[in-house]
Amino acid sequence: MTQQRVIVVGGGLAGLAATVRIAEAGLAVDVFSLVPVKRSHSVCAQGGINACNEVSRQQGYSEYEHFDETIYGGDFLADQHPVLEMANWAPKIIDLLDRMGVPFNRTGEGYRDLRLFGGSLFKRTHFAGATTGQQLLYALDEQTRRYESEGKVSKHEYWEFLGPVFDDSSGQRRCVGIVAQDLRTMQVRAFRADAVVMATGGCGLVYGKSTNSIICTGAAAARCYQAGVWYGNAEMIQVHPTAIPGADKLRLMSESARGEGGRVWVPRKAGDARDPAQIPDAERYYFLEERYPKYGNIVPRDIATREIFDICVNEGLGVRGENQVYLDLTHREPEYLARKLGGILDIYEKFVGEDPKRTPMRIFPAVHYSMGGLWTQFTKGRYNPSEPRTKHKSGSTPPLGAEVGQGMAYGEPNNMQTNVKGLYAFGEVNYAYHGANRLGANALLSCLFDGLFCGLSVANYVKDCEPSKAPAEGLKAAVFDAVVDAETAKSKALLATVQGPGDASLNPYVIHKELGTEMTAACTVVKSEARLKQCITKLAELRDRVSRAKLDDAALWTNQTLSYTRAVKDMLSIADAIALGSLLRKESRGAHYRTDYKDRDDVNFMKASVARCGSRGETEVTFEPIDDALIRPTARTYGKVEGSESKKPAVAGAGV
Amino acid sequence: MSTIQKAPASARRSAKPGRFVFLTIKRCDGPGKASRWETFKVTVERGSNVISCLQQIAANPTTIDGTRSTPVVWDSGCLEEVCGACTMVINGKVRQSCSCLIDDYAPNEGDTMTLEPMSKFPVIRDLWVDRARLFHNLERVKAWVPIDGTYAQGAGPREQPQAQETRYKLSECMSCGCCLEACPQFNLEPDAGAWDSAFIGAHAISQARLFNSHETGAQLKADRLDVLMGPGGVGDCGNAQNCVKVCPKGIPLTESIAAMGRAVTIHGLARFFRS
Repeated sequence: MTQQRVIVVGGGLAGLAATVRIAEAGLAVDVFSLVPVKRSHSVCAQGGINACNEVSRQQGYSEYEHFDETIYGGDFLADQHPVLEMANWAPKIIDLLDRMGVPFNRTGEGYRDLRLFGGSLFKRTHFAGATTGQQLLYALDEQTRRYESEGKVSKHEYWEFLGPVFDDSSGQRRCVGIVAQDLRTMQVRAFRADAVVMATGGCGLVYGKSTNSIICTGAAAARCYQAGVWYGNAEMIQVHPTAIPGADKLRLMSESARGEGGRVWVPRKAGDARDPAQIPDAERYYFLEERYPKYGNIVPRDIATREIFDICVNEGLGVRGENQVYLDLTHREPEYLARKLGGILDIYEKFVGEDPKRTPMRIFPAVHYSMGGLWTQFTKGRYNPSEPRTKHKSGSTPPLGAEVGQGMAYGEPNNMQTNVKGLYAFGEVNYAYHGANRLGANALLSCLFDGLFCGLSVANYVKDCEPSKAPAEGLKAAVFDAVVDAETAKSKALLATVQGPGDASLNPYVIHKELGTEMTAACTVVKSEARLKQCITKLAELRDRVSRAKLDDAALWTNQTLSYTRAVKDMLSIADAIALGSLLRKESRGAHYRTDYKDRDDVNFMKASVARCGSRGETEVTFEPIDDALIRPTARTYGKVEGSESKKPAVAGAGV
Repeated sequence: MSTIQKAPASARRSAKPGRFVFLTIKRCDGPGKASRWETFKVTVERGSNVISCLQQIAANPTTIDGTRSTPVVWDSGCLEEVCGACTMVINGKVRQSCSCLIDDYAPNEGDTMTLEPMSKFPVIRDLWVDRARLFHNLERVKAWVPIDGTYAQGAGPREQPQAQETRYKLSECMSCGCCLEACPQFNLEPDAGAWDSAFIGAHAISQARLFNSHETGAQLKADRLDVLMGPGGVGDCGNAQNCVKVCPKGIPLTESIAAMGRAVTIHGLARFFRS
């Protein structure tokens, strides 16, 4: 009997959660990762993971409110049924990770502690120190190692995904494997599978410097996109309000710093050069607290980012005249801070050389997360009200309980499947849950939910659908050989450039740097038609240059320059989708802010942008209806005080 | 090779942005190939670290004697000292290269720093080493909680905050390998067949302690102690205490080794009287 297999590309939280779930369902799993899976980017998630628990429930919170917050936080762009299911599952997911041994912080009595996070008035964020993502990933890494020792999982670490393999022979396209390259030996080969799960994370490197790990190029998603997989809401890029500027990357300063009482301020007097401790309270401008009395410092990320940008760029109030504001924790006990935020405060001290327990941190926004990603579908669950409900009043009785299957139908094969059968997208690379803005501490949740909930969908697809009749193992070799040959030829062509002519403009590092600078200037905090058009022209120029890129390394062994150059080339197709989506979405919604279309336009744009890659690599974007059957949209103000609205940025592209 | 040692924190403040420094890097084209040294000149700004210097070299890999070389190969990931990937030997001491600020190590114009791959693992190319053995040793001590499965079965065991704090500290181990590089008992072993009898290392001993101290994890306590009692187990520790000094996360590795040493003794006695 043939062994049915599933390939998971990416060994972060979503990938490993899927691996564990699918292996448990009795299928063999091959995991592919650029790095040892324990070093995946999920380790960088700091603050925590949201879920209603018994304490917050008694305070008036509910799974339904979590759902409502996530939809409102995402500015009504996410499909609503999947988000409902995710919120309902959140408590179960926390329990499971707790059983796996994640050292969640505890209350005095030994229960799991909770902290406050952006976009909620309730403490509903579970955390393990300030390295929650690391701790959750390690728990899944451990379970994966356990399955590996039992022979149920094979890990292929230091292998790079080069593209999906599709089979069209049955009349309907389906994914039957991948082609990948060993980054040490440089061997290119195909791997067969009855289903493939893409769990390859975000695309921060498209912006050059971001809070992302060096491996988060988005190239894997780009390779699927170029092969015909649709890409949704590309223009929705989250810029995190608080990061530490650096020469090589912009390091995240967790939202938990604000959740634990951190206050954002600037001196009221522009250019005030005094030591921050010498500036009396009356001469400090706590602008988030003044503008948003209800949420204060814990407004959602897109709002905090725009306000910080406004303070620095438009009002010129940045600390010491630079693009930076204070994030101040010095009013809290050092011992309390060490216990709750130790990990991230150590990082600040290591990289900046100042103790944030004694001196306010200096921070500025940085590209952080992609709400957009591969377009996916789902099967609606049982909850289908005759008309959408109005916004949930915070703390009131929820209209429904949290039984499984109300949002999404559990185990349906198409849950989080892309437009290609047998090809799934989980985690950050899936566009499904966060709409136009992701709430803090919902990313870890969506990764785990995809892996654990939709993992069953993958298993059911393999057992009950096409693969059960025509397993990938039995397909003709030609379909796999063709893709391997194409990728091998691509590698050879890149290596051949080493001998060829070239100047600095064809250096892949130079091209990437220009790409990052351009995307940061045109496609982040504020966007405008003129600037976006300029960006699209620039991207065409870069695409031309990267097609002639010249490598500095001809090695046939462990050639990182080859892999890097290929990634830069592929990143440009995601950049295109981001820029074109930004240009065509003529409204402002969540993280997407247009100076020339400042209002949200629900009639024309409460729709997902869907990018498709044409046969010549050109990007086409259409707007498709979304599932808005559960909650009626309302203005997303977070209680902003009227009249405190400062003038909005007039000029796009001042950059982050 | 003359190198300067890490400068005091005050040096960081007086370091001049825009100065040039030299990086002398031990390079190797692949397994079995001879190593060579190459020196590159880089310009550094405030906040520059080893990673930003290596990126600069990648964009223009010309050595100080004018030879066009190749970009240096190295392993990296998060760049914020939480993934463990970019560990290397800098000025003779093992550490992560991302958190290694040039202002601390080379505060003056023209200062030199040296970069070498870790010596206890086989080199893949240049500064990139193969740490598969480190992960293999986690498997040896069954560093996981043996849960029944992923079906919902309610919460895990309740835990006192003090116990959580101890476990959290141990669980911050990012498998970087600093403790192994610094350990006189842990030596290069390219032959995977010999790994199970060679010293298992401080990181794995500490992980055994982590999982033995979890209520469900303790189900496998006897298996873990069997491994630590056997060849290459806790008895092979020479008590040099280098591991704890180089751990970037301040994990109390020597405490873990002592705790597991005691547990192994009790475990051995219990086995003796049972048999």
